[in-house]
Amino acid sequence: MARTMAEKVWEEHVVRRAEGEPDLLYIDLHLVHEVTSPQAFEGLRLAGRSVRRPDLTIATEDHNVPTQNLLAPIADPVSRKQVETLRKNCSDFGVRLHPMGDIDQGVVHVVGPQLGLTQPGMTIVCGDSHTSTHGAFGALAFGIGTSQVEHVLATQTLPMAPFKTMAVTVNGTLRPGVSAKDIILAVIAKIGTGGGQGYVLEYRGEAIESLSMEARMTVCNMSIEAGARAGMIAPDQTTFDYIKGRPHAPRGADFDAAVEHWKSLRTDEGAVFDAEVVLDADELSPFVTWGTNPGQGVPLDGSVPDPSSFEDPSARAAAEKALAYMDLKPGTPMREVRVDTVFLGSCTNGRIEDLRAAAEIIRGRRVAEGVRMLVVPGSMRVKEQANAEGLGRVFEEAGAEWREAGCSMCLGMNPDQLKPGERSASTSNRNFEGRQGRGGRTHLVSPQVAAATAVRGTLSSPADLDAR
Amino acid sequence: MEKFDVHTGRAVPLRASNVDTDQIIPAVYLKRVSRTGFEDGLFAEWRQSDPDFVLNRPEYQGASVLVAGPDFGTGSSREHAVWALQDYGFKAVLSSRFADIFRGNSLKGGLLTVLLPQPVIDRIWAAVEADPATEVTVDLVEREVRAPGAGVQEPFELDDYTRWRLLEGLDDIALTLRHTDAIGEFEAARKPWLPVTL
Repeated sequence: MARTMAEKVWEEHVVRRAEGEPDLLYIDLHLVHEVTSPQAFEGLRLAGRSVRRPDLTIATEDHNVPTQNLLAPIADPVSRKQVETLRKNCSDFGVRLHPMGDIDQGVVHVVGPQLGLTQPGMTIVCGDSHTSTHGAFGALAFGIGTSQVEHVLATQTLPMAPFKTMAVTVNGTLRPGVSAKDIILAVIAKIGTGGGQGYVLEYRGEAIESLSMEARMTVCNMSIEAGARAGMIAPDQTTFDYIKGRPHAPRGADFDAAVEHWKSLRTDEGAVFDAEVVLDADELSPFVTWGTNPGQGVPLDGSVPDPSSFEDPSARAAAEKALAYMDLKPGTPMREVRVDTVFLGSCTNGRIEDLRAAAEIIRGRRVAEGVRMLVVPGSMRVKEQANAEGLGRVFEEAGAEWREAGCSMCLGMNPDQLKPGERSASTSNRNFEGRQGRGGRTHLVSPQVAAATAVRGTLSSPADLDAR
Repeated sequence: MEKFDVHTGRAVPLRASNVDTDQIIPAVYLKRVSRTGFEDGLFAEWRQSDPDFVLNRPEYQGASVLVAGPDFGTGSSREHAVWALQDYGFKAVLSSRFADIFRGNSLKGGLLTVLLPQPVIDRIWAAVEADPATEVTVDLVEREVRAPGAGVQEPFELDDYTRWRLLEGLDDIALTLRHTDAIGEFEAARKPWLPVTL
C-alpha cells in the first residue's frame, strides 16, 4: 500500500505494537538543554535509573545563556544554577555537552544539523517544541515534555499515539525578497494556530523543493505554530549535499548506502494524506504579524485588521484583545508601525543564510536613529562562519550589536529582553504576550524584513529602501 | 503519579482562546531545577497586571476545574505549564481544543484534560459566572462530565489505555521497562551508519 513519508519513518521505528496500546517508538537522537531537563535527570536519580543510550544523546546550553561577556559568571543566580545543574547532570550520566564558550555551543536546533547528527528517516526528540526544525531533513522530529525527556533518557523509546498526515503543497516560485519565513507565516495565517493539531505536516511542491536546507528548516521550525508537532520535507539532492562531509555524516560506502535508503523515504505515488492545503508561492509577499499569536498575520502591504471583520466570535475577541495589547489601531498600514528593537536570530532564522540575507540588505546602510538591532547567531559555528565572510563587521558598521550564540530575545530568559511597551520586529517564532519581555510587543518577520526595518525604523521590505 | 477517578470541584471560567504556555507560565518562572513550587508562575502576568483576572476574584478561590477557551496550551512544550496548574490546585481542564504537546504532557502527569464541544463549554461558563458555587464533576470511570447546575451531562472521549493509566496512576517508564528485551532486539537491528554522539 502506498504510504506517506511520515508513515514510513514511523513504521521503521516501532519497537513494540500491541492492540489497544500506543506504539512504542525507538528514538534515534535525543537533544537536551538546560531548561526542560533538570527534573528529568532528578527523576532518574530518584528511581536509581541510568541513561540507556548516552551515545544517542547530546546536550547544549542555549535558553538561559547571556550573549555577551561569556567569560563572566552568569549574573542571574537562578539561570546560573540551571546551567550548572545541566553540567553536573551531563557529567554524572555521561552525556556529551557543548557548554558556553565551546565552538559547537548554540541553539540546540542549529547545533544538531550543523554537526550532521540530523539525518533523513531518523526519529529526533527534544524537550522543546521547535524540534520540528529537524523535519527539514525528512526526519520525524517533535517536541516533548519533561516526563517524556525522562522516559527517553531511561528507555530510548516513547509510547506514541499515531498522527494524522497533512500535505502542505506550495506551488510556483517565490518572488525576489520573499522568503521561507513568509511561506510559513502565510501557512499559519491560512490554517490557524490550531489547524495542524494532531497532524504531521509534509511540505511539498515546487517552491519547497527549490528551498535551501536552511530555508527548509525555517519552514519546518514553525510547524508547531500551526499546531502540528512535526513538519517534514522529503530528502533530495539538496539534503544529501548538505549532510555530506559533516562531522557525524556517514562516510564512504556507508554514505552511499544511507542515500539509497533516504531516497526510499519519499511519500509514495498515490499515498493518501488525511488533509491537504495548497498555496501559490507566486502570490506570496513579505508577511508580518499584527497580533499576539503567529496566526494573526497579514502581508506587509496590508493594514491592521478591524476586529469586527472576523465572523467567528472567538477570533473577534482574540483580535480585540491582541490589538489592545499591541497598542495598534484597525486600518493602520503595517508599514507605518514604528519599532524600537530589531532581533535577528533564533532557531527559526539564526543560521548562516539568514545572516547573509540580512547583511546583504544592511551592508553600507545604518540602523535608524533610536532603533536597537541585536544580531544573535544560532551557534558559535555560525558566528565563526559569519565572521569569516565579513558579516559580523557589516552588522557592526551598520550600528547593530553582534552577539554570541543563544536563544536570546526569542524568549527573553537571559538579559536580552524588551522593556514594557517596547516594540520589536523579530525573526523569531512567537509573538505571544510578554514572550520577549514583560509588556513587550512583537512583530514576527523574515530576516530581509528585519534588516530593512532596522534601516527605516518602521516595518519595511528591502524594496522600500533608497538606493545605496 | 496520583490516581484519578472521579473529581468534583468548583470551576473557573477562562474566556480566552489560544492561551499559550507562555501565558500559563512565563519563561522567567522556568529556571527552577525542582519539580514543585510552580504555582506562583501560573498566569503570572495576568494575575499581576489585571485585578479583575478570574484567578484574582475571591469567588473563584479554591476552584479546581479550569474551563478554558479553544486551543488551550499552544506554543512551548514546557511541562512546567502542567506543573503550575497542578501546584495551584487544578485537577482538570475542560476545553473544546487542546494543543497536542500540552495535552500529552497533562495526561502523562495526571492533570485530566477533557475535550468537550464548545456549546457545552459555553453552558458551563454561563452557569459558573451566574453562580460561582456551581460544581463540576469530571468522572473518568464513566468518561462523563456532569454539572447539574449548568444542565450538563456530557460524555467525553479518552482512549482506553490512557484512561487505564490514569485510573491506576501508573508511571510510563515502569511500563516501558517491562519491554527492555524488545528494545534490545530493535537496537541490534538498527542501521550501522546511524550517527552516535560519543
